[in-house]
Amino acid sequence: MSIESVDPDEVDAADILGSAIERREDPALVTGDAEYTDDIQLQEMAHMAILRSQYGHARIEDIDTSDAETMDGVVAVYTHDDLHRDDTPSGGSYSLPVGWLLDSLRQVDHPILADDRVRYQGDAIAVVVAEDRYVAHDAVDAIDVDYERLDAVTDPADAIGDDAPQLHDDADGNVAFDWEIGDAERTDQAFESAAHTASIELENQLLIPNAMEPRAAVADYSPGTNELDVFMTSQNPHLHRLLMSGVIGHPEHKLRIKAPEVGGGFGSKIHHYADEALVAWVAKDLERPVKWTATRTETYKTDAQGRGHVTTAALAMDEDGTIVGLRVDTEANLGAYLSTFAPAVPTYLYGTLLSGQYDIPAIHCSVTGAFTNVPPVDAYRGAGRPEASFVIERLAKLGAEEMGMDPAEFRRQNFVPEDGFPYETQVAVVYDSGDYEKALDRALEMVDYDSFRERQEQARADGRYLGIGFSCYIEACGLAPSELAGQLGAQAGLWESSLVRFHPSGTVTAYCGTSGHGQGHATTYAQIVANELGIPYDDVEVVEGDTDEIPQGMGTYGSRSAAVGGSSLVKSSEKLVEKAREIAAHQLEADPADIEFEGGEFHVAGAPDRSIGIKAVAQQSYLAHDIPDDMEPGLEATSFYDPENFVFPFGTHVAVVEVDPESGEIDFEQYVAVDDVGNQINPKIVEGQIHGGVAQGIGQALYEGAEYDENAQLVTGSMQDYAVPKAMHIPDMETGSTVTESPHNPLGVKGVGEAGTIAAPQAVVNAVTDALEPFGVDHVEMPMTAERVWTAAGEQATTDGGTDETAADDGGEQ
Amino acid sequence: MTEHDITLTVNGTDHELTVEPRTLLVHALRDELGYTGTNVGCESSLCGACTVHLDDDAVKSCTVLAVQADGSTIETVEGLAEDGQFHPIQDGFQAEHGLQCGYCTPGMMMAATDLLEENPDPSREEIREGLEGNLCRCTGYQNIVNAVENAAETMGSGAVADGGCTADGSAGSCCGSGEDEVRWPGDGGDAE
Ligand code: FES
Ligand code: FES
Repeated sequence: MSIESVDPDEVDAADILGSAIERREDPALVTGDAEYTDDIQLQEMAHMAILRSQYGHARIEDIDTSDAETMDGVVAVYTHDDLHRDDTPSGGSYSLPVGWLLDSLRQVDHPILADDRVRYQGDAIAVVVAEDRYVAHDAVDAIDVDYERLDAVTDPADAIGDDAPQLHDDADGNVAFDWEIGDAERTDQAFESAAHTASIELENQLLIPNAMEPRAAVADYSPGTNELDVFMTSQNPHLHRLLMSGVIGHPEHKLRIKAPEVGGGFGSKIHHYADEALVAWVAKDLERPVKWTATRTETYKTDAQGRGHVTTAALAMDEDGTIVGLRVDTEANLGAYLSTFAPAVPTYLYGTLLSGQYDIPAIHCSVTGAFTNVPPVDAYRGAGRPEASFVIERLAKLGAEEMGMDPAEFRRQNFVPEDGFPYETQVAVVYDSGDYEKALDRALEMVDYDSFRERQEQARADGRYLGIGFSCYIEACGLAPSELAGQLGAQAGLWESSLVRFHPSGTVTAYCGTSGHGQGHATTYAQIVANELGIPYDDVEVVEGDTDEIPQGMGTYGSRSAAVGGSSLVKSSEKLVEKAREIAAHQLEADPADIEFEGGEFHVAGAPDRSIGIKAVAQQSYLAHDIPDDMEPGLEATSFYDPENFVFPFGTHVAVVEVDPESGEIDFEQYVAVDDVGNQINPKIVEGQIHGGVAQGIGQALYEGAEYDENAQLVTGSMQDYAVPKAMHIPDMETGSTVTESPHNPLGVKGVGEAGTIAAPQAVVNAVTDALEPFGVDHVEMPMTAERVWTAAGEQATTDGGTDETAADDGGEQ
Repeated sequence: MTEHDITLTVNGTDHELTVEPRTLLVHALRDELGYTGTNVGCESSLCGACTVHLDDDAVKSCTVLAVQADGSTIETVEGLAEDGQFHPIQDGFQAEHGLQCGYCTPGMMMAATDLLEENPDPSREEIREGLEGNLCRCTGYQNIVNAVENAAETMGSGAVADGGCTADGSAGSCCGSGEDEVRWPGDGGDAE
């Protein structure tokens, strides 16, 4: 039951908002015309390659670049000392900054080229620039590094233990921060007085984002004007401009960052990495264009990874199954250095979401951030919210079991009720709006839950193990407002800016500071602006992703684009309409207060014949022959929209699986996703985002995980070893939706980009553990490989004898 | 390093170029000839982003050396549309929202057209299996499967409307439908 897309020409102008129109991005993408960073070729362009540490932790004794320097076609070789030589072109910090500070945070130096020590496999040591990309890589291979290998640690819990190797002088015990939220005392009391408790120890494994397009950058420097243009795979060009400006010491106003077409990001293209800074610096130093494109191996070793939690959590309930308390302790892996937003992810994006969809009167969460010898860990699709949702939804399943209650009814009983909004949680956020039961009911209907338990029973009698898993998730998008973010440690504002410009001939260009990379902004933003201005959809052009074209912006991440960027476009459009209204009033000889605006026409209230279209007004604004006195000519408007609160999308996902305890294999029978993302600007795009997110969530549940050996060498360093799901690994999904508007923004939208990824893992884990209930399996760590599932079923069956004889017999054979 | 002079016919246009023995076909196409529609995702034959047709078979152009392709006919994504008319697979991807960032899309479409040539009416299962060499990180695949089904239908219905499909030995079965005539790449389209 997929949503049919429609041709924009067949949609009434009045219905453009909310229509599933086909994406205008697609023609360029399906013909190969679209330009990604690596497609860019500039005159005299050289190629850069990076020598990376081969060890997870080592001291650098010596670097010998002499062979590389003398190779044919090599233009230059740089190491740490070259960045700091006396005649460097600028005075940058050459160290990567942290964009989110916590009170207890220990900041550590993060040089863009390693000084005397490398802390993860992939840490940059030297760069080579050559005439050709093959030669650049040859020359990298010709550099000789003497290492003294050091002990390494990759697990956050081990890293903060007494015997762990120390990564940084400034971070004793490898602790980057200790953070807590909630009320410890009240939570202790809740647990003391609780009639029942359920607890779990779990890991939320490290994931590698795997955007299909590897990170890349092309830099072009003009010595005459001191202008430095950098084309790069960026989710937030303005933020990259700001950060890069400090790192390489180039004035922000002489730096242009442009994100051409970007082949997916999932968080990995938010952060400022050493690599892009190096390309820019080197291009400036050499005064010639330079391109660097990561190989897939480099993306595995250097893209900021996601998740990486080790958690102990418990839920307390009273005699009738009402949740009275939640306690969570987490050790979060931060990797070798602090990536741009790393401190925010396992704290404010995680701890604040632990209440889930439930009314929980006492919560306490403590998090220790640990440095380890893996690449820096930062936001990956969902960022903190999947980890939170996983904890509370795993506990919801176990809590229901402890109570002997149906898992759906247990959740329903504890939901924040429909009339309970706005709802203030015990972990510092206020949910804007919601109707959790409605989404649950819709999902139950779609999976025909009434008949499921019977089918499950029947199947078990036949020796087949079906399971159903619920995930009643919540997420927080459109982080805001800036003042609050600042109080919490953000080093950036969280507003969004846009400019809507009418051209004299009547078409419009809308510039927005977000920066899409597959989300279809050009389509959805044009829908918004066309609707606001009452003009044809095709008359609106959308521009994103270029700091020279767009005055300001914060970029696309955290599902903020529709709620914050889209709302900014509404605000700009409204301002523009207000100016247009004054011109219309002037020309119609009426009071502006008496001018109504509808469907692109201004008319005098009560006199529809006295009217003028907005396009005619635009033309008049530029002619400026007959506009109000003291009014400036022209018709455009800018806004900096700072939302008053986050938005909180939610929904219920349900996985129905069959597990073969003998082989450990898992088959999907059904996957149902009911999401409430507020109003939908384009339902087809919303559905696509859900599909993609769920696939990544299923990837986490069943296939994906970064693994390191004891020397912190990445074992899953290629697509051969790291299982990015393929077409046959992902089932067809059934999507449904409910609509609960957000009261905070003018569009009533919430956010959808990460919903599927947040919702899916626990739906699948809950389904598998439900299927294996006869074997007494209450948890299987992700990724739930066949071996893990088989082992879990077998172990429980042999140690406990199972709870059911058939199961014990079936599962016990090993 | 010794260099070799080779010829490649790309989307119907002949090109002469000089490459090193180790130059990958994908780099020859992208960097030397400017056919940048073909993308590189892994350089190790695991992602399928670089899939092109080499003498009518779908291959991963990161695992073929340019010298091995000397004298061959190659079709890239730039050759799918003809005379401004999209190939049904391109229409299918657009209609079904089978792409988001679009990075995997050229490779997906080249793999899918090859799949449809071999099996003009695949089941969803067969499509999923047929695309096992192509990774997409954005779409969750469902709409890609829909896109391929959509293209299969268009191509199949073209055959019905036309009262039959003319098999073309070299380029596989070809389905045309009057004005919306659809030609397979390899029928002499222009280079980009
Ligand atoms: S780039 Fe050729 S298969 Fe990935
Ligand atoms: S559309 Fe982005 S990888 Fe497939």
